[in-house]
Amino acid sequence: MSSFSALLLRDMRLAVRVGGGALMGVLFFLIVVTLVPFAVGPDLAQLRRIGPAILWLGALLASLLTLDRLLAADHEDGSLDLLLMGTTPLELVVLAKAAAHWITSCLPLVIATPLLGLFLNLEPLAIGAVALTLLAGTPALTCIGLIGAALSVALRRGGLLLPVLVLPLTVPVLIFGVAASNAAIIGPMSFGAPFMILCALTLGSLVLGPFAAAAALRHGLE
Amino acid sequence: MALIDLANPTRFLALTARILPWLAIATAIVFAVGLYLVWFAPDDYQQGATVKIMFIHVPNAWLAMAVWAVMSIASIGTLVWRHPLADVTAKAAAPLGAAFTFLALLTGSLWGRPMWGTYWVWDARLTSVLVLFLMYLGVMALWHTVEDPSRAGRAAAILTLVGAINLPIIKFSVDWWNTLHQPASVFRVGGPTIAPSILTPLLVMALAFLLLFVTLHFAAMRNEILRRRVRAMWLMQAHAAS
Repeated sequence: MSSFSALLLRDMRLAVRVGGGALMGVLFFLIVVTLVPFAVGPDLAQLRRIGPAILWLGALLASLLTLDRLLAADHEDGSLDLLLMGTTPLELVVLAKAAAHWITSCLPLVIATPLLGLFLNLEPLAIGAVALTLLAGTPALTCIGLIGAALSVALRRGGLLLPVLVLPLTVPVLIFGVAASNAAIIGPMSFGAPFMILCALTLGSLVLGPFAAAAALRHGLE
Repeated sequence: MALIDLANPTRFLALTARILPWLAIATAIVFAVGLYLVWFAPDDYQQGATVKIMFIHVPNAWLAMAVWAVMSIASIGTLVWRHPLADVTAKAAAPLGAAFTFLALLTGSLWGRPMWGTYWVWDARLTSVLVLFLMYLGVMALWHTVEDPSRAGRAAAILTLVGAINLPIIKFSVDWWNTLHQPASVFRVGGPTIAPSILTPLLVMALAFLLLFVTLHFAAMRNEILRRRVRAMWLMQAHAAS
C-alpha cells in the first residue's frame, strides 16, 4: 500500500471515530440552514430565491469547522514531525489529509444538500445544480482551508485566525458556485461558464493548496 | 556602499537615520506642489469640483495594491534568500497598506454618494478591494498571533504570496466584469485617456503619497528593528536571571 493511501485511510478512520467531527459538519450545516428562515422569514418564494446562496454559505462554514483539527491534532501528538521527517513528499502528505477531509467532511455535506434543499423550497433542478456545484467547489474549499490550517498549526490561541485567513481566499469559489447554481435555475446566462471557472478554481487550488501548505509547515515548524 | 549593505540592520538604521528627515521634507514639498496643482485643476464638466476627490482616491488605491506588491517581493526575500530585513519590511508595510486601502474605500464611498447615489455597491472593483482590505487585516492578525518574529515572518510570507493572486483580479476586474466602477483610464493599452491638465496633478499626488509611504515605511522598519532588539534583550535578561 502506498504511503498516500495509507495516510488517506488513517485520516479517514480518525475522522469518523469519536472526536473526529466528520458528521458534526453535517449537523452544523443542518442547523445553519434551519436558522436562516428564522432570520429572513418563512416566505417560501424568498427562500427559493436565496436558497443556493444559503446552502453554499452553510457548506462553506461547515467545511471550516473541521479544518483546524486537520493538522493541529497531528502536531500535538508528534506525528506531524514524523511526517515531516519521512520520505513521502510533504505535498503528498497534506494532499492525502485534504482528500480525507473532503471525503469525510465535505462529501456528506453534498449528500445532505437535497434534503436541505427541500427545507428551502428549492425545485429538483435547483437542488441538482447546487449539489453539482458543491461537489465541484468543495475540493477548492478544502485545499484553500489547508493553507490556513498549515499556517495556524502551531498556535495555541489560534481561535478564529483560521477562518479570518481562509474566508477571503474562498470568496471567488463562493461567487462562482452561487452564480452557476443561479444560472441553472433562472438564467438566460449559461450554467457552463461559471461552472467551468469553478472547476478551474478547484483544479488550481488542488495544486496551489498543497504546495503552499507544505511550505507553511516546513517554514513554520522549524 | 552596495545595496547588499542595507541587509545589515545596524547599517540600515544608520542610513535611514540620515535620510529620513530628507524624505520627510521631500514628501511635504511634493504634497504642497500637488495640492497647489489640485487647487488650480479644472472642474469636470459633469461632476464639478467633486471630481477632485479622485486626486486622493486614486493614489490611495494605487498604493493599496503597490504595498501588497512590496510585501510580496519582501516575502520572496524571506522565503528564498532569507534576507535579514525582508520580514521587517513586510511587517512594517502591512498596517500602512491596510490604511491606504481603507482610505481608498472611504474616499471612494464618499465620492460615490454624490456621483452614483450610493455609498456602496457590490461591483467587481469595490468587492475585490474590500477583499484586499480583509487580507491585509488577516496578515496583520497572523503577525500578531505567532509569538516568534521569524516564524511569524515566514508564515506571513506564505500568506502574502497566496494573496498576491488578488492583485491582477483587482486590476483587471473593471475590464472583465462590466460594472459600475470606471474602467482603467491611466494604466491601459493605448495610453492614458485623461487630459494632461488633470493627469499631471494626479501623478504629482501619486508621487506625494508614494513618498509618504516610503517615509512612513522606513520609520516603521526602524521601529520594528528596535522592537526586536528590545525583545532580544528581555529574553537574555530572563535567561540570565534563571
